[in-house]
Amino acid sequence: MGAGHGHALHFHGHSAVHRAPAHLKVLALVSFVLVVVATPNHAYPVFAGYAAVLLGIAALAHVPLTYLLPRLVVEVPFVVFALLLPFLSQGDPVQVLGVTVSQQGLVAAFGLLAKGTIGVLASLLLAATTEASALLLGLQRLRVPAQLVQIMSFMVRYLEVVTDELRRMHVARESRGFRARDPRQWPVLARTLGALFIRTYERGERVHLAMLARGYDGTIPAAALAGPTGEASHGHVGHGHQAHVASETRPHPGRAAREVGA
Amino acid sequence: MSTPVLDVAGLAFAYPDGHQALFGVDLHVHAGERVALLGPNGAGKTTLVMHLNGILGADSGTGAGSVRVSGLPVAKEHLLEIRRRVGLVFQDPDDQLFMGTVRADVAFGPANLGLTGAALDRRVMEALEKVGMTAFVDRPPHHLSFGQRRRVAVATVLAMEPEILVLDEPSSNLDPASRRELADVLRSLDVTVLMVTHDLPYALELCPRAVVLSQGRVVADAPTLDVLTDEALMTRHRLELPWGFDPAAAVRHSPAG
Repeated sequence: MGAGHGHALHFHGHSAVHRAPAHLKVLALVSFVLVVVATPNHAYPVFAGYAAVLLGIAALAHVPLTYLLPRLVVEVPFVVFALLLPFLSQGDPVQVLGVTVSQQGLVAAFGLLAKGTIGVLASLLLAATTEASALLLGLQRLRVPAQLVQIMSFMVRYLEVVTDELRRMHVARESRGFRARDPRQWPVLARTLGALFIRTYERGERVHLAMLARGYDGTIPAAALAGPTGEASHGHVGHGHQAHVASETRPHPGRAAREVGA
Repeated sequence: MSTPVLDVAGLAFAYPDGHQALFGVDLHVHAGERVALLGPNGAGKTTLVMHLNGILGADSGTGAGSVRVSGLPVAKEHLLEIRRRVGLVFQDPDDQLFMGTVRADVAFGPANLGLTGAALDRRVMEALEKVGMTAFVDRPPHHLSFGQRRRVAVATVLAMEPEILVLDEPSSNLDPASRRELADVLRSLDVTVLMVTHDLPYALELCPRAVVLSQGRVVADAPTLDVLTDEALMTRHRLELPWGFDPAAAVRHSPAG
């Protein structure tokens, strides 16, 4: 999994693109993708322009194309659909390499392919140049609902734990001579996924207990998320009992001195 | 004696499915003590621990008896203060550490108590210092080794300045070096400790006093050495020492004893 630093899609670097504030990058990505999607399918030079912009940013960020291109495979399902379009859609017939296809379908296929590729490339660039934690902080700054950000941060935190668990189950299966070669063995894989779901669900319950044990009451205090600079003075809203608690948790006078010596 | 840090009186509890886990448990732990809670699987240790900070209680099943922490009864109206006083360290650090960085995770508890800014920062660094993990403050927890994660898990609770630290199987899955490092950390802490464990040598090393829970009852409460050398008691409650381990010799040869 994500070796060393950051997440699996992250390409470590210190360029201007890496250092740009995450919330600006997210805003730029979203508006860029919206513009791309709104572009008419036959505006070929404009798409070339978009691609040039992305390549320029990639060069600026020192992210090599050999890193980005293999990761484009996520769009394969769209590519398959795009390739089918000229054959399936209705319209004026044209001859391409001796095959009769629909001209409108051909243009739509190009549009889908171009928009998809540019969109995925732009997202990959964002992922390559932004740490997951910075991304979450950026979303928070953009006032994405706290619950959504929380869910995403849990996903980032536990993705590796869950894939690890999946890998251990895989090793345990193979060690007992199992090979997933043909669809007859799919039920076993389905049961693995079921077991993984239950384990993950139970882990969720244990995590929740551990959070309760540390005084969790439904909101993650903003102060816990803020960095070391003490920019947290605005933190922790929505806690009616806060003042009352703070008065109870002041360090014991004798204890402060003791702790420094510890 | 003064008010015990932990005062469990006549605690009984049955889960909603009818399974009765505790049958009238009495337990007192005084300030500064380190107590091992021993017992076979299914003895009710976890159920007891979950009662200490109000995660389980009368409303999650049928129960009787009371738990007081430094005189404060465990009840809904002061749950947050109870959870500050009782620091629970769970067995799997991946359950305990759920935030993106070590700093955010250690800050989670004290921030829930209302601390912010520089005071919160100080609390985080002090807690990490006690477990020797200050160098890892900005690392994501899942990039630490298992032993390091266990120590950070202890720090997340220490940051709340608990009056009693409750550890569930602290030595499980640790390699011998990490196990010893954790023992050093626990010994250096100036805090009352209740340690649930199957690791009897660890209990002997760290806890002068041991309480044996079996089938939901306290069946022994004595100096750890006496418990571990009482063969009849040990066999009756499915407790076994590791092969070749002689508690009396271990105590004789330990630098402290």
